[in-house]
Amino acid sequence: MPTGNKSEDVILLAHGDGGRLTHELVTGLFLRHFENRLLRELTDAAAFPVGEGRMAVTTDSFVIDPPFFPGGDIGKLAVCGTVNDLAVSGAEPRYLTVAFLIEEGFPLADLDRVVASMAQACQEAGVQVVAGDTKVVGRGHLDKIFINTTGVGLIRPDVDLGYHRLAPGDLILVNGNMGDHGMAVLAAREGFGFADQVVSDCVALHRITGRLLDELGRGVRLMRDLTRGGLATSAKEIAVSAGMDIWLSESEIPIGLAVQGAAEMLGVDPLYLANEGKFLAVVAPTEVEKALTLLRADELGREARIIGEVKAGGGNVFLKTALGGTKYLDLLAGAPLPRIC
Amino acid sequence: MQILDRFRDPETGRALLARVSALAEQAQEKLGRRVVFMEVCGTHTVAISKAGLRSLLDGKLELRSGPGCPVCVTDYGDIDAMVAFGRLPGVTVGTFGDMVRVPGSQTSLEQEKARGADIRVFYSPADAVKWAEANPDREMVFLGVGFETTAPAIALSVAQARALGLKNYSVFLANKVVPPALHALLVDPELRLDGFILPGHVSAIIGRRAYDFIAEEYGLPSVISGFETLDILDALYNLLRQVLAGEARVENGYTRVVKEAGNLRAQALLDQFFEITDVSWRGFGVIPGSGLQWKPEYRDFDARVRFAPEVAEPRIPKGCRCGDLLKGKLTPRECKLFATACTPTHPVGPCMVSTEGACAAFYQYERRSS
Repeated sequence: MPTGNKSEDVILLAHGDGGRLTHELVTGLFLRHFENRLLRELTDAAAFPVGEGRMAVTTDSFVIDPPFFPGGDIGKLAVCGTVNDLAVSGAEPRYLTVAFLIEEGFPLADLDRVVASMAQACQEAGVQVVAGDTKVVGRGHLDKIFINTTGVGLIRPDVDLGYHRLAPGDLILVNGNMGDHGMAVLAAREGFGFADQVVSDCVALHRITGRLLDELGRGVRLMRDLTRGGLATSAKEIAVSAGMDIWLSESEIPIGLAVQGAAEMLGVDPLYLANEGKFLAVVAPTEVEKALTLLRADELGREARIIGEVKAGGGNVFLKTALGGTKYLDLLAGAPLPRIC
Repeated sequence: MQILDRFRDPETGRALLARVSALAEQAQEKLGRRVVFMEVCGTHTVAISKAGLRSLLDGKLELRSGPGCPVCVTDYGDIDAMVAFGRLPGVTVGTFGDMVRVPGSQTSLEQEKARGADIRVFYSPADAVKWAEANPDREMVFLGVGFETTAPAIALSVAQARALGLKNYSVFLANKVVPPALHALLVDPELRLDGFILPGHVSAIIGRRAYDFIAEEYGLPSVISGFETLDILDALYNLLRQVLAGEARVENGYTRVVKEAGNLRAQALLDQFFEITDVSWRGFGVIPGSGLQWKPEYRDFDARVRFAPEVAEPRIPKGCRCGDLLKGKLTPRECKLFATACTPTHPVGPCMVSTEGACAAFYQYERRSS
């Protein structure tokens, strides 16, 4: 289908061939937005000093459809997603690499928007893009734009998070409403009428997780960002890996009204919807009040709640319903599909 | 939502639950066994699982799932036909999301999509018509699945396609109607039920009156229910009261949606577009007068007529007891395949696939892994 764009307004296969157009893209677009000393060198690899402690490395690929959605876009998501994986591991995020896979014909203006949004997210997260790659594939060989980011962060010597730290009696907190991102993207993709009422929570969490670690130290046992599969899937993974049971209290789990209503209409469970600015912290019972106060004092944790408890057991997750019934939560099986009636 | 919150108020819920429990004990004493009710509708099955009601009433009352999950009762032959449409050159298959993973004899739409078939999920048949209009070089075959609830929207999609003069939109109609399936259940001598929780959405279309035969011909109590926890508890309470009083009535516990005569406009649409036919339900076999087919004047839009794909005799997987489950003869845990050979990622039968399927609901919310 003709797009009406002039050829210079869209990504061409030649933008990925390593020649003149690639160079123009790197210097004219990527460097303009990601400006920093390490990247400006344009060498084959970025070299940087590392301090005391351990390094954390994580990688994630972003293939979201649609690439622009209420509350964010694929660029912001690609930065925040990787930053958050570092943050909940107890690392201070430092550097990112970015790889773009772009479909021939993708509008340059959209690429500029995505990269500008990434640059802003990087600035907010205090990370620098120090290496990158661009590939262009023929029309129809991928859907618009995919982005991979790899993140490097530093973990201070005194930080020790992990399944091995969980003990019966530990309490589970979340920093806010569940399911906003998953529902916002679903609504934007399907063009539902309520699409403007649900906004993705996509945001970098490193400051709030860093503060929690600074103030509580070893009182924080484990943190997880609640992305694909949502709260239920993360809780199940934690329970299985730690070899303990997790009991969640349904009435304490915060869910926004719009998400709740939309989820019911579509027959999806908000506990299985993705979040991009929410995390779960397992905290020692003696530290929980302090943790709650601290989270609620931050704008990313206003709706923070204690939603459950770790108990001795064998890897089950139970949800206490408002009536006092019990249901069992398991991993998400396949993408949530809408129901018929 | 604030109004809905009132139907979930935990305090009212606990009070009502205590009364339901007390009546269930009295009924148990009266009958000398536990009372058995069937929730006909799959959405009720999920609501019961999600509220944890089964665990709260454990030992006092038994709730069995019925044939009201539209995906679950879709016959193997129909799913094989849907797959066959997806293999026709130039054809795009449009479907509600639930159908995508349901296994037929050999394969599912999801597997066919991975192998190159063009399968698209729509939330409404009207969206499939829009798609057909935007893609005139492709044939859109929409899969009509569901009960009286989805049939009016499917009828309207054909009206819309005709108004737009579209030649590339057709429907593979596998819609069913609920009352004949209840008849089929009620005449089964193996079935022992003390009452029905009747579906909310279907009843909104066909009305309360359409169920009077349950009380008049079979002497069983029934209550139409909404989907909130308090709706379901209220339905159980009223069913138990009928059981204890030895009465049989069709009560409407969902008056905010369901009317005595139903939705007359929707019924008029059904009459205009469809005629009743005998169709096969998974687990039941052919139930007389339980399916819809296009009236002759709409057969241009009948995908069966337009394409007549070849479909081999269906092969039914060994050990799958979805059929017995849909007839209320067993609960998911009593099926040997449940959570072993049959899981949501590798479903053997449809009850494990649909979000409304009893096995999927049990697996998701009522199973312990250790």
